[in-house]
Amino acid sequence: MEEKVNPGGTGAALDLIEEHPILEFQHGKKITFFFDGRELEGFEGEPISSALHANGVRVYRETADMHRPRGFFCAIGKCSSCFMVVDGVPNVRTCVTPLTAGMRVETQRGRGVVPGSDEGGASS
Amino acid sequence: MKKLSTEVLVIGGGAAGLSAAAEAASAGAKVLVVESDLRPGGQLIKQTHKFFGSKDEYAGTRGFKIADILLDEINSFKDSVSILQNTTVSGYYKEDDEFTAMRGEEEYFHIKAKKTIVATGAQERLIPFPNNDIPGVYGAGAVQTLMNVYGVLPGRRVLMVGAGNIGLIVSYQLMQAGVQVAAVVEAAPRVGGYWVHAAKIRRMGVPILLRHSIKRALGEKCITGAVITGLNERFEPVGPEQQINCDLICIAVGLSPTTELLSQAGCKMMYVPQLCGNVAQRDRGMRTSNPDFYTAGDAGGIEEASAAMVEGRIAGLSAAAALGYPTEHGKLDEYWGRLQSLRKGEAGARICQGIDCVLVKDWEGVAHA
Ligand SMILES: Cc1cc2nc3c(=O)[nH]c(=O)nc-3n(C[C@H](O)[C@H](O)[C@H](O)COP(=O)(O)OP(=O)(O)OC[C@H]3O[C@@H](n4cnc5c(N)ncnc54)[C@H](O)[C@@H]3O)c2cc1C
Ligand code: FES
Repeated sequence: MEEKVNPGGTGAALDLIEEHPILEFQHGKKITFFFDGRELEGFEGEPISSALHANGVRVYRETADMHRPRGFFCAIGKCSSCFMVVDGVPNVRTCVTPLTAGMRVETQRGRGVVPGSDEGGASS
Repeated sequence: MKKLSTEVLVIGGGAAGLSAAAEAASAGAKVLVVESDLRPGGQLIKQTHKFFGSKDEYAGTRGFKIADILLDEINSFKDSVSILQNTTVSGYYKEDDEFTAMRGEEEYFHIKAKKTIVATGAQERLIPFPNNDIPGVYGAGAVQTLMNVYGVLPGRRVLMVGAGNIGLIVSYQLMQAGVQVAAVVEAAPRVGGYWVHAAKIRRMGVPILLRHSIKRALGEKCITGAVITGLNERFEPVGPEQQINCDLICIAVGLSPTTELLSQAGCKMMYVPQLCGNVAQRDRGMRTSNPDFYTAGDAGGIEEASAAMVEGRIAGLSAAAALGYPTEHGKLDEYWGRLQSLRKGEAGARICQGIDCVLVKDWEGVAHA
Protein backbone atom coordinates (compact mmCIF):
# COMPACT_ATOMS: atom_id res chain seq x y z
CA MET A 1 0.00 0.00 0.00
CA GLU A 2 3.07 2.20 -0.29
CA GLU A 3 1.70 4.24 -3.13
CA LYS A 4 -1.65 4.84 -1.40
CA VAL A 5 -0.25 7.99 0.02
CA ASN A 6 -3.17 10.36 0.26
CA PRO A 7 -3.66 10.56 4.03
CA GLY A 8 -7.39 10.83 3.55
CA GLY A 9 -7.70 8.41 0.65
CA THR A 10 -9.88 5.41 1.43
CA GLY A 11 -8.69 3.33 -1.47
CA ALA A 12 -12.22 2.18 -2.19
CA ALA A 13 -14.32 4.96 -3.67
CA LEU A 14 -12.95 7.63 -5.97
CA ASP A 15 -12.18 10.92 -4.25
CA LEU A 16 -14.79 12.89 -6.15
CA ILE A 17 -16.85 15.92 -5.27
CA GLU A 18 -20.31 14.47 -4.70
CA GLU A 19 -22.29 17.61 -4.12
CA HIS A 20 -21.57 21.11 -5.30
CA PRO A 21 -23.73 24.22 -4.91
CA ILE A 22 -23.03 25.43 -8.47
CA LEU A 23 -21.36 22.83 -10.62
CA GLU A 24 -22.67 19.58 -11.99
CA PHE A 25 -19.96 17.24 -13.11
CA GLN A 26 -20.50 15.18 -16.19
CA HIS A 27 -17.83 12.56 -16.16
CA GLY A 28 -16.79 10.52 -19.14
CA LYS A 29 -17.28 6.76 -19.39
CA LYS A 30 -15.90 4.81 -16.45
CA ILE A 31 -13.01 2.61 -17.53
CA THR A 32 -10.11 0.80 -15.92
CA PHE A 33 -6.40 1.45 -16.34
CA PHE A 34 -3.21 0.30 -14.67
CA PHE A 35 -1.01 2.21 -12.27
CA ASP A 36 2.25 0.39 -11.54
CA GLY A 37 0.47 -2.83 -12.36
CA ARG A 38 -2.54 -2.17 -10.13
CA GLU A 39 -5.94 -1.88 -11.78
CA LEU A 40 -7.70 1.41 -11.02
CA GLU A 41 -10.87 3.11 -12.20
CA GLY A 42 -11.05 6.43 -13.97
CA PHE A 43 -13.03 8.39 -16.52
CA GLU A 44 -12.19 8.18 -20.18
CA GLY A 45 -10.88 11.40 -21.71
CA GLU A 46 -10.04 13.09 -18.41
CA PRO A 47 -6.39 13.79 -17.62
CA ILE A 48 -4.42 10.84 -16.28
CA SER A 49 -3.29 12.93 -13.32
CA SER A 50 -6.88 13.70 -12.28
CA ALA A 51 -7.73 10.01 -12.39
CA LEU A 52 -4.71 9.14 -10.25
CA HIS A 53 -5.52 11.88 -7.78
CA ALA A 54 -9.07 10.61 -7.47
CA ASN A 55 -7.57 7.24 -6.58
CA GLY A 56 -5.47 8.79 -3.83
CA VAL A 57 -2.22 8.60 -5.81
CA ARG A 58 -0.18 11.76 -5.43
CA VAL A 59 3.40 10.74 -6.23
CA TYR A 60 3.92 10.49 -9.99
CA ARG A 61 7.67 10.42 -10.36
CA GLU A 62 10.99 10.50 -8.56
CA THR A 63 13.71 12.96 -9.54
CA ALA A 64 16.95 11.68 -11.04
CA ASP A 65 19.59 12.91 -8.61
CA MET A 66 17.91 13.76 -5.34
CA HIS A 67 15.20 11.07 -5.58
CA ARG A 68 12.58 13.59 -4.50
CA PRO A 69 8.93 12.69 -4.98
CA ARG A 70 7.04 14.77 -7.53
CA GLY A 71 3.34 15.07 -8.06
CA PHE A 72 1.28 17.44 -9.99
CA PHE A 73 1.69 21.19 -9.76
CA CYS A 74 0.47 23.42 -12.60
CA ALA A 75 -2.11 21.16 -14.24
CA ILE A 76 -1.64 22.96 -17.56
CA GLY A 77 1.29 21.09 -19.04
CA LYS A 78 3.88 23.73 -18.28
CA CYS A 79 5.98 22.65 -15.29
CA SER A 80 7.05 19.01 -15.98
CA SER A 81 6.26 17.98 -12.43
CA CYS A 82 3.75 15.31 -13.48
CA PHE A 83 5.86 13.36 -16.00
CA MET A 84 5.19 9.61 -15.96
CA VAL A 85 5.78 6.59 -18.15
CA VAL A 86 2.61 5.97 -20.13
CA ASP A 87 2.33 2.85 -22.29
CA GLY A 88 6.11 2.66 -22.22
CA VAL A 89 6.73 6.28 -23.23
CA PRO A 90 8.54 8.36 -20.60
CA ASN A 91 8.05 12.08 -19.80
CA VAL A 92 4.38 12.17 -20.67
CA ARG A 93 2.59 15.22 -19.25
CA THR A 94 -0.11 13.35 -17.38
CA CYS A 95 -2.00 16.54 -16.48
CA VAL A 96 -2.96 17.15 -20.11
CA THR A 97 -2.95 13.62 -21.51
CA PRO A 98 -6.40 12.01 -21.68
CA LEU A 99 -6.94 8.65 -20.04
CA THR A 100 -7.91 5.70 -22.22
CA ALA A 101 -9.10 2.23 -21.30
CA GLY A 102 -6.34 -0.22 -20.44
CA MET A 103 -3.64 2.46 -20.35
CA ARG A 104 -0.49 1.44 -18.49
CA VAL A 105 0.70 4.29 -16.30
CA GLU A 106 3.91 3.91 -14.33
CA THR A 107 5.80 5.98 -11.79
CA GLN A 108 8.77 7.50 -13.58
CA ARG A 109 12.16 7.12 -11.92
CA GLY A 110 14.86 9.45 -13.16
CA ARG A 111 14.78 10.83 -16.65
CA GLY A 112 13.18 7.86 -18.29
CA VAL A 113 14.35 5.79 -21.23
CA VAL A 114 13.18 6.52 -24.75
CA PRO A 115 11.75 3.30 -26.18
CA GLY A 116 14.19 1.62 -28.53
CA SER A 117 17.26 3.39 -27.13
CA ASP A 118 19.61 2.13 -24.45
CA GLU A 119 20.35 5.58 -23.11
CA GLY A 120 18.80 7.60 -20.33
CA GLY A 121 19.11 7.86 -16.60
CA ALA A 122 16.50 5.31 -15.62
CA SER A 123 16.55 4.19 -12.03
CA SER A 124 20.01 5.21 -11.02
CA MET B 1 6.00 17.04 -41.57
CA LYS B 2 2.44 18.34 -41.79
CA LYS B 3 2.03 22.07 -42.17
CA LEU B 4 -1.11 24.10 -41.47
CA SER B 5 -1.64 27.56 -42.89
CA THR B 6 -4.00 30.23 -41.70
CA GLU B 7 -4.62 33.93 -42.04
CA VAL B 8 -4.89 34.60 -38.33
CA LEU B 9 -3.35 32.30 -35.75
CA VAL B 10 -4.61 32.77 -32.21
CA ILE B 11 -2.39 31.10 -29.63
CA GLY B 12 -4.39 30.40 -26.47
CA GLY B 13 -8.12 29.84 -26.25
CA GLY B 14 -8.92 31.78 -23.07
CA ALA B 15 -10.99 34.92 -22.63
CA ALA B 16 -8.63 36.98 -24.79
CA GLY B 17 -7.99 34.39 -27.50
CA LEU B 18 -11.64 33.41 -28.00
CA SER B 19 -12.67 37.08 -28.21
CA ALA B 20 -9.89 37.78 -30.70
CA ALA B 21 -10.96 34.83 -32.84
CA ALA B 22 -14.62 35.89 -32.84
CA GLU B 23 -13.74 39.46 -33.77
CA ALA B 24 -11.32 38.55 -36.58
CA ALA B 25 -13.80 36.03 -37.98
CA SER B 26 -16.65 38.52 -37.86
CA ALA B 27 -14.58 40.76 -40.13
CA GLY B 28 -14.13 37.87 -42.54
CA ALA B 29 -10.71 36.45 -41.68
CA LYS B 30 -9.89 32.75 -41.52
CA VAL B 31 -8.80 31.93 -37.98
CA LEU B 32 -7.06 29.02 -36.31
CA VAL B 33 -7.14 28.88 -32.50
CA VAL B 34 -4.60 26.63 -30.84
CA GLU B 35 -5.22 25.70 -27.21
CA SER B 36 -3.00 23.43 -25.15
CA ASP B 37 -5.70 22.35 -22.74
CA LEU B 38 -8.13 19.51 -23.42
CA ARG B 39 -10.90 22.08 -23.80
CA PRO B 40 -10.96 25.77 -24.66
CA GLY B 41 -11.89 28.56 -22.22
CA GLY B 42 -8.66 29.15 -20.30
CA GLN B 43 -9.13 30.47 -16.79
CA LEU B 44 -12.82 31.07 -17.41
CA ILE B 45 -13.84 27.43 -17.24
CA LYS B 46 -12.36 27.15 -13.77
CA GLN B 47 -14.34 30.01 -12.27
CA THR B 48 -17.61 29.31 -10.50
CA HIS B 49 -18.19 32.80 -9.10
CA LYS B 50 -20.04 35.67 -10.71
CA PHE B 51 -17.59 37.95 -12.42
CA PHE B 52 -16.98 41.56 -11.69
CA GLY B 53 -16.27 43.98 -14.54
CA SER B 54 -18.77 45.71 -16.81
CA LYS B 55 -22.06 44.57 -18.33
CA ASP B 56 -20.60 44.54 -21.84
CA GLU B 57 -18.13 41.96 -20.58
CA TYR B 58 -20.77 39.81 -18.86
CA ALA B 59 -20.28 41.01 -15.28
CA GLY B 60 -22.56 39.10 -12.94
CA THR B 61 -22.24 35.95 -15.06
CA ARG B 62 -20.29 32.99 -13.70
CA GLY B 63 -16.89 32.48 -15.32
CA PHE B 64 -17.56 29.09 -16.92
CA LYS B 65 -20.77 30.44 -18.45
CA ILE B 66 -18.84 33.31 -20.08
CA ALA B 67 -16.67 30.71 -21.81
CA ASP B 68 -19.84 29.09 -23.19
CA ILE B 69 -21.10 32.45 -24.49
CA LEU B 70 -17.80 33.07 -26.33
CA LEU B 71 -17.74 29.55 -27.74
CA ASP B 72 -21.32 29.97 -29.00
CA GLU B 73 -20.29 33.16 -30.74
CA ILE B 74 -17.35 31.38 -32.35
CA ASN B 75 -19.61 28.52 -33.43
CA SER B 76 -21.65 31.00 -35.44
CA PHE B 77 -18.52 31.51 -37.57
CA LYS B 78 -17.69 27.85 -37.77
CA ASP B 79 -16.76 28.00 -41.43
CA SER B 80 -13.98 30.45 -40.72
CA VAL B 81 -12.75 29.50 -37.24
CA SER B 82 -11.25 26.19 -36.26
CA ILE B 83 -10.09 25.33 -32.78
CA LEU B 84 -7.36 22.79 -32.18
CA GLN B 85 -7.31 21.69 -28.57
CA ASN B 86 -4.79 19.50 -26.75
CA THR B 87 -2.28 21.29 -28.96
CA THR B 88 0.60 23.46 -27.80
CA VAL B 89 2.51 25.95 -29.89
CA SER B 90 6.02 25.12 -28.79
CA GLY B 91 8.14 27.61 -30.67
CA TYR B 92 8.46 30.23 -33.35
CA TYR B 93 11.31 30.13 -35.85
CA LYS B 94 12.01 33.56 -37.20
CA GLU B 95 14.19 32.41 -40.12
CA ASP B 96 11.35 30.30 -41.50
CA ASP B 97 8.55 32.47 -40.12
CA GLU B 98 6.95 29.28 -38.84
CA PHE B 99 5.62 27.84 -35.62
CA THR B 100 6.12 24.34 -34.34
CA ALA B 101 3.19 22.74 -32.58
CA MET B 102 2.55 19.52 -30.76
CA ARG B 103 -0.76 17.72 -30.51
CA GLY B 104 -0.82 15.40 -27.52
CA GLU B 105 2.66 14.11 -26.82
CA GLU B 106 3.58 12.54 -30.13
CA GLU B 107 2.23 14.46 -33.09
CA TYR B 108 4.34 17.38 -34.30
CA PHE B 109 3.60 19.81 -37.10
CA HIS B 110 4.26 23.30 -38.42
CA ILE B 111 1.97 26.30 -38.64
CA LYS B 112 2.33 29.24 -40.97
CA ALA B 113 0.27 32.35 -40.29
CA LYS B 114 -0.06 35.79 -41.80
CA LYS B 115 -0.91 37.40 -38.46
CA THR B 116 -0.52 35.94 -34.99
CA ILE B 117 -2.30 36.91 -31.80
CA VAL B 118 -0.48 35.70 -28.71
CA ALA B 119 -3.09 35.20 -25.98
CA THR B 120 -1.21 32.69 -23.88
CA GLY B 121 -2.38 33.98 -20.50
CA ALA B 122 -0.26 33.70 -17.40
CA GLN B 123 1.88 31.37 -15.38
CA GLU B 124 1.75 30.95 -11.63
CA ARG B 125 4.53 32.05 -9.35
CA LEU B 126 5.99 29.91 -6.62
CA ILE B 127 7.74 31.06 -3.47
CA PRO B 128 10.77 29.34 -1.97
CA PHE B 129 10.41 27.32 1.23
CA PRO B 130 11.82 23.96 2.27
CA ASN B 131 9.85 21.04 0.82
CA ASN B 132 7.92 23.19 -1.65
CA ASP B 133 8.55 20.52 -4.28
CA ILE B 134 6.69 17.61 -2.75
CA PRO B 135 3.25 16.49 -3.88
CA GLY B 136 0.47 18.42 -2.20
CA VAL B 137 1.98 21.85 -2.85
CA TYR B 138 -0.20 22.90 -5.76
CA GLY B 139 -0.69 26.10 -7.67
CA ALA B 140 -4.11 27.70 -7.24
CA GLY B 141 -4.84 27.06 -10.91
CA ALA B 142 -4.09 23.36 -10.51
CA VAL B 143 -6.40 23.12 -7.53
CA GLN B 144 -9.14 24.79 -9.56
CA THR B 145 -8.59 22.46 -12.48
CA LEU B 146 -8.89 19.39 -10.30
CA MET B 147 -11.99 20.46 -8.42
CA ASN B 148 -13.90 22.76 -10.78
CA VAL B 149 -13.19 21.12 -14.11
CA TYR B 150 -12.82 17.45 -13.19
CA GLY B 151 -14.72 17.24 -9.90
CA VAL B 152 -11.81 15.65 -8.04
CA LEU B 153 -11.19 16.55 -4.39
CA PRO B 154 -7.74 18.17 -4.26
CA GLY B 155 -7.36 17.34 -0.54
CA ARG B 156 -9.13 17.33 2.79
CA ARG B 157 -7.68 20.36 4.52
CA VAL B 158 -5.75 23.17 2.92
CA LEU B 159 -3.42 26.01 3.88
CA MET B 160 -3.88 28.88 1.41
CA VAL B 161 -0.81 31.03 0.77
CA GLY B 162 -1.81 34.47 -0.51
CA ALA B 163 -4.84 36.71 0.13
CA GLY B 164 -5.12 38.35 -3.27
CA ASN B 165 -8.32 37.79 -5.24
CA ILE B 166 -7.17 34.39 -6.43
CA GLY B 167 -6.29 33.14 -2.92
CA LEU B 168 -9.59 34.41 -1.54
CA ILE B 169 -11.78 33.12 -4.36
CA VAL B 170 -10.11 29.73 -4.49
CA SER B 171 -10.47 29.41 -0.69
CA TYR B 172 -14.18 29.94 -1.11
CA GLN B 173 -14.33 27.50 -4.02
CA LEU B 174 -12.49 24.90 -1.91
CA MET B 175 -15.14 25.22 0.78
CA GLN B 176 -17.86 24.84 -1.85
CA ALA B 177 -16.21 21.59 -2.84
CA GLY B 178 -16.20 20.40 0.77
CA VAL B 179 -12.52 21.02 1.59
CA GLN B 180 -11.64 22.59 4.95
CA VAL B 181 -9.56 25.76 4.79
CA ALA B 182 -7.25 25.82 7.83
CA ALA B 183 -6.08 29.41 7.27
CA VAL B 184 -5.05 31.95 4.66
CA VAL B 185 -1.60 33.46 5.19
CA GLU B 186 -0.65 36.75 3.57
CA ALA B 187 2.77 38.37 3.82
CA ALA B 188 1.48 41.91 3.23
CA PRO B 189 -0.12 43.93 6.03
CA ARG B 190 -3.44 43.98 4.19
CA VAL B 191 -5.68 41.83 2.08
CA GLY B 192 -4.81 42.27 -1.61
CA GLY B 193 -8.11 41.11 -3.07
CA TYR B 194 -11.55 42.68 -3.02
CA TRP B 195 -13.03 43.09 0.41
CA VAL B 196 -16.25 41.21 -0.51
CA HIS B 197 -14.29 38.04 -1.17
CA ALA B 198 -12.34 38.36 2.09
CA ALA B 199 -15.52 39.04 4.08
CA LYS B 200 -17.18 35.96 2.63
CA ILE B 201 -14.55 33.55 3.86
CA ARG B 202 -14.08 35.36 7.19
CA ARG B 203 -17.80 34.86 7.81
CA MET B 204 -17.28 31.16 7.27
CA GLY B 205 -14.74 31.17 10.08
CA VAL B 206 -11.51 31.02 8.10
CA PRO B 207 -8.69 33.05 9.71
CA ILE B 208 -6.86 35.40 7.35
CA LEU B 209 -3.45 35.87 8.93
CA LEU B 210 -1.83 39.07 7.67
CA ARG B 211 1.95 39.55 7.93
CA HIS B 212 2.27 35.77 8.00
CA SER B 213 3.87 33.29 5.66
CA ILE B 214 4.73 29.65 5.31
CA LYS B 215 8.14 28.71 6.67
CA ARG B 216 8.32 25.11 5.56
CA ALA B 217 6.14 22.28 4.38
CA LEU B 218 6.00 19.04 6.34
CA GLY B 219 5.88 15.52 4.95
CA GLU B 220 8.08 12.84 3.43
CA LYS B 221 6.32 11.78 0.28
CA CYS B 222 3.26 14.02 0.50
CA ILE B 223 2.22 17.05 2.46
CA THR B 224 1.17 16.32 6.03
CA GLY B 225 1.32 19.86 7.36
CA ALA B 226 2.92 23.27 7.26
CA VAL B 227 4.78 25.55 9.63
CA ILE B 228 3.75 29.18 9.48
CA THR B 229 5.19 32.23 11.19
CA GLY B 230 4.68 35.98 11.52
CA LEU B 231 6.70 38.48 9.49
CA ASN B 232 8.10 41.90 10.39
CA GLU B 233 8.12 45.01 8.16
CA ARG B 234 11.10 43.65 6.26
CA PHE B 235 9.28 40.36 5.67
CA GLU B 236 11.64 38.49 8.01
CA PRO B 237 10.17 35.72 10.15
CA VAL B 238 9.42 36.79 13.72
CA GLY B 239 7.45 35.41 16.63
CA PRO B 240 6.46 31.86 17.41
CA GLU B 241 6.04 29.19 14.79
CA GLN B 242 2.70 27.54 14.41
CA GLN B 243 2.01 24.13 12.95
CA ILE B 244 -0.97 23.66 10.66
CA ASN B 245 -2.26 20.20 9.87
CA CYS B 246 -3.16 19.94 6.22
CA ASP B 247 -2.68 17.66 3.22
CA LEU B 248 -2.70 20.47 0.70
CA ILE B 249 -0.81 23.75 0.44
CA CYS B 250 -2.26 26.00 -2.21
CA ILE B 251 0.01 28.69 -3.61
CA ALA B 252 -1.71 31.87 -4.80
CA VAL B 253 1.08 34.41 -4.76
CA GLY B 254 0.50 35.91 -8.16
CA LEU B 255 0.87 35.36 -11.87
CA SER B 256 3.38 36.36 -14.51
CA PRO B 257 2.56 36.90 -18.19
CA THR B 258 3.45 34.00 -20.52
CA THR B 259 5.52 35.67 -23.22
CA GLU B 260 8.11 33.23 -24.59
CA LEU B 261 6.62 33.21 -28.08
CA LEU B 262 6.58 37.02 -28.24
CA SER B 263 10.26 37.08 -27.28
CA GLN B 264 11.03 34.48 -29.92
CA ALA B 265 9.31 36.67 -32.50
CA GLY B 266 11.65 39.50 -31.57
CA CYS B 267 8.91 41.70 -30.14
CA LYS B 268 10.35 44.47 -28.02
CA MET B 269 9.77 43.52 -24.40
CA MET B 270 9.74 45.62 -21.28
CA TYR B 271 9.64 44.84 -17.58
CA VAL B 272 6.60 46.57 -16.10
CA PRO B 273 5.90 45.90 -12.41
CA GLN B 274 2.30 47.14 -12.67
CA LEU B 275 1.63 44.52 -15.34
CA CYS B 276 3.40 41.86 -13.26
CA GLY B 277 6.34 41.07 -15.52
CA ASN B 278 8.01 41.24 -18.86
CA VAL B 279 5.49 42.20 -21.55
CA ALA B 280 5.53 43.27 -25.19
CA GLN B 281 5.29 46.90 -26.15
CA ARG B 282 2.18 47.49 -28.21
CA ASP B 283 0.27 50.18 -30.05
CA ARG B 284 -3.43 51.00 -29.70
CA GLY B 285 -4.26 48.07 -31.98
CA MET B 286 -2.40 45.67 -29.65
CA ARG B 287 0.21 45.22 -32.40
CA THR B 288 3.75 44.61 -31.17
CA SER B 289 7.03 45.85 -32.65
CA ASN B 290 6.87 42.80 -34.95
CA PRO B 291 4.09 43.97 -37.30
CA ASP B 292 2.73 40.43 -37.68
CA PHE B 293 2.33 39.82 -33.93
CA TYR B 294 -0.32 41.02 -31.50
CA THR B 295 -0.61 40.61 -27.75
CA ALA B 296 -3.83 40.39 -25.72
CA GLY B 297 -5.04 39.45 -22.26
CA ASP B 298 -2.92 38.32 -19.34
CA ALA B 299 0.00 37.63 -21.70
CA GLY B 300 0.23 41.40 -22.17
CA GLY B 301 -0.08 42.16 -18.45
CA ILE B 302 -1.99 40.55 -15.57
CA GLU B 303 -5.40 42.12 -15.37
CA GLU B 304 -8.92 40.73 -15.52
CA ALA B 305 -11.01 38.67 -17.87
CA SER B 306 -13.16 41.64 -18.81
CA ALA B 307 -10.16 43.64 -20.03
CA ALA B 308 -8.68 40.50 -21.61
CA MET B 309 -11.83 40.11 -23.71
CA VAL B 310 -11.73 43.71 -24.92
CA GLU B 311 -8.01 43.49 -25.71
CA GLY B 312 -8.74 40.30 -27.60
CA ARG B 313 -11.43 42.11 -29.62
CA ILE B 314 -8.97 44.89 -30.41
CA ALA B 315 -6.25 42.48 -31.50
CA GLY B 316 -8.70 40.53 -33.66
CA LEU B 317 -10.00 43.72 -35.22
CA SER B 318 -6.52 45.05 -36.01
CA ALA B 319 -5.28 41.77 -37.41
CA ALA B 320 -8.29 41.54 -39.72
CA ALA B 321 -7.85 45.17 -40.79
CA ALA B 322 -4.15 44.59 -41.48
CA LEU B 323 -5.13 41.71 -43.77
CA GLY B 324 -7.33 44.10 -45.71
CA TYR B 325 -10.74 43.09 -44.35
CA PRO B 326 -13.10 46.03 -43.98
CA THR B 327 -13.81 46.82 -40.34
CA GLU B 328 -16.36 49.11 -38.81
CA HIS B 329 -15.23 52.68 -38.43
CA GLY B 330 -14.95 53.85 -34.82
CA LYS B 331 -14.90 50.34 -33.35
CA LEU B 332 -11.36 50.72 -32.06
CA ASP B 333 -12.29 53.89 -30.19
CA GLU B 334 -15.34 52.21 -28.76
CA TYR B 335 -13.21 49.34 -27.42
CA TRP B 336 -10.74 51.78 -25.89
CA GLY B 337 -13.64 53.52 -24.23
CA ARG B 338 -14.64 50.20 -22.66
CA LEU B 339 -11.09 49.57 -21.48
CA GLN B 340 -10.99 52.99 -19.91
CA SER B 341 -14.20 52.43 -17.99
CA LEU B 342 -12.94 49.01 -16.82
CA ARG B 343 -9.72 50.60 -15.64
CA LYS B 344 -11.27 52.93 -13.12
CA GLY B 345 -10.55 52.66 -9.42
CA GLU B 346 -7.41 51.86 -7.50
CA ALA B 347 -6.41 48.64 -9.28
CA GLY B 348 -7.27 50.25 -12.61
CA ALA B 349 -5.04 53.23 -11.91
CA ARG B 350 -2.06 50.89 -11.47
CA ILE B 351 -2.88 49.12 -14.71
CA CYS B 352 -3.13 52.48 -16.51
CA GLN B 353 0.32 53.44 -15.24
CA GLY B 354 1.64 50.16 -16.61
CA ILE B 355 -0.11 50.59 -19.94
CA ASP B 356 1.36 54.09 -20.26
CA CYS B 357 4.85 52.52 -20.05
CA VAL B 358 4.27 49.99 -22.85
CA LEU B 359 1.95 51.81 -25.18
CA VAL B 360 3.71 53.05 -28.29
CA LYS B 361 2.32 55.83 -30.45
CA ASP B 362 4.83 55.66 -33.25
CA TRP B 363 6.89 52.57 -34.05
CA GLU B 364 9.48 54.54 -36.04
CA GLY B 365 11.12 55.95 -32.95
CA VAL B 366 10.98 52.66 -31.06
CA ALA B 367 12.25 50.43 -33.81
CA HIS B 368 15.38 52.50 -34.18
CA ALA B 369 15.86 53.25 -30.51
C1 LIG C 1 -9.31 32.50 -9.16
C2 LIG C 1 -9.46 33.53 -10.23
C3 LIG C 1 -10.56 34.38 -10.18
C4 LIG C 1 -10.74 35.38 -11.16
N1 LIG C 1 -11.85 36.17 -11.10
C5 LIG C 1 -12.08 37.12 -12.05
C6 LIG C 1 -13.26 37.93 -12.04
O1 LIG C 1 -14.13 37.81 -11.17
N2 LIG C 1 -13.41 38.87 -13.03
C7 LIG C 1 -12.49 39.02 -14.01
O2 LIG C 1 -12.68 39.87 -14.89
N3 LIG C 1 -11.36 38.26 -14.04
C8 LIG C 1 -11.13 37.31 -13.09
N4 LIG C 1 -9.99 36.52 -13.13
C9 LIG C 1 -8.97 36.78 -14.13
C10 LIG C 1 -9.26 36.15 -15.46
O3 LIG C 1 -9.59 34.79 -15.30
C11 LIG C 1 -8.06 36.31 -16.37
O4 LIG C 1 -7.61 37.63 -16.35
C12 LIG C 1 -8.43 35.96 -17.81
O5 LIG C 1 -8.89 34.62 -17.86
C13 LIG C 1 -7.27 36.15 -18.75
O6 LIG C 1 -7.61 35.67 -20.01
P1 LIG C 1 -6.52 35.22 -21.05
O7 LIG C 1 -7.27 34.75 -22.23
O8 LIG C 1 -5.54 36.31 -21.20
O9 LIG C 1 -5.73 34.04 -20.35
P2 LIG C 1 -6.20 32.55 -19.97
O10 LIG C 1 -7.62 32.49 -19.60
O11 LIG C 1 -5.21 32.08 -18.98
O12 LIG C 1 -6.02 31.75 -21.33
C14 LIG C 1 -4.78 31.48 -21.91
C15 LIG C 1 -4.88 30.18 -22.64
O13 LIG C 1 -3.74 29.99 -23.44
C16 LIG C 1 -3.38 28.64 -23.46
N5 LIG C 1 -1.98 28.55 -23.85
C17 LIG C 1 -0.92 29.10 -23.21
N6 LIG C 1 0.22 28.87 -23.88
C18 LIG C 1 -0.12 28.16 -24.99
C19 LIG C 1 0.62 27.62 -26.09
N7 LIG C 1 1.95 27.79 -26.18
N8 LIG C 1 -0.04 26.94 -27.05
C20 LIG C 1 -1.39 26.79 -26.95
N9 LIG C 1 -2.14 27.27 -25.95
C21 LIG C 1 -1.52 27.95 -24.97
C22 LIG C 1 -3.69 28.18 -22.05
O14 LIG C 1 -3.87 26.80 -21.98
C23 LIG C 1 -4.94 28.98 -21.73
O15 LIG C 1 -6.11 28.26 -21.99
C24 LIG C 1 -9.78 35.52 -12.18
C25 LIG C 1 -8.68 34.66 -12.24
C26 LIG C 1 -8.51 33.67 -11.29
C27 LIG C 1 -7.32 32.73 -11.38
S1 FES D 1 1.47 19.44 -13.61
FE1 FES D 1 2.73 20.86 -14.60
S2 FES D 1 3.17 19.88 -16.49
FE2 FES D 1 1.70 18.60 -15.58
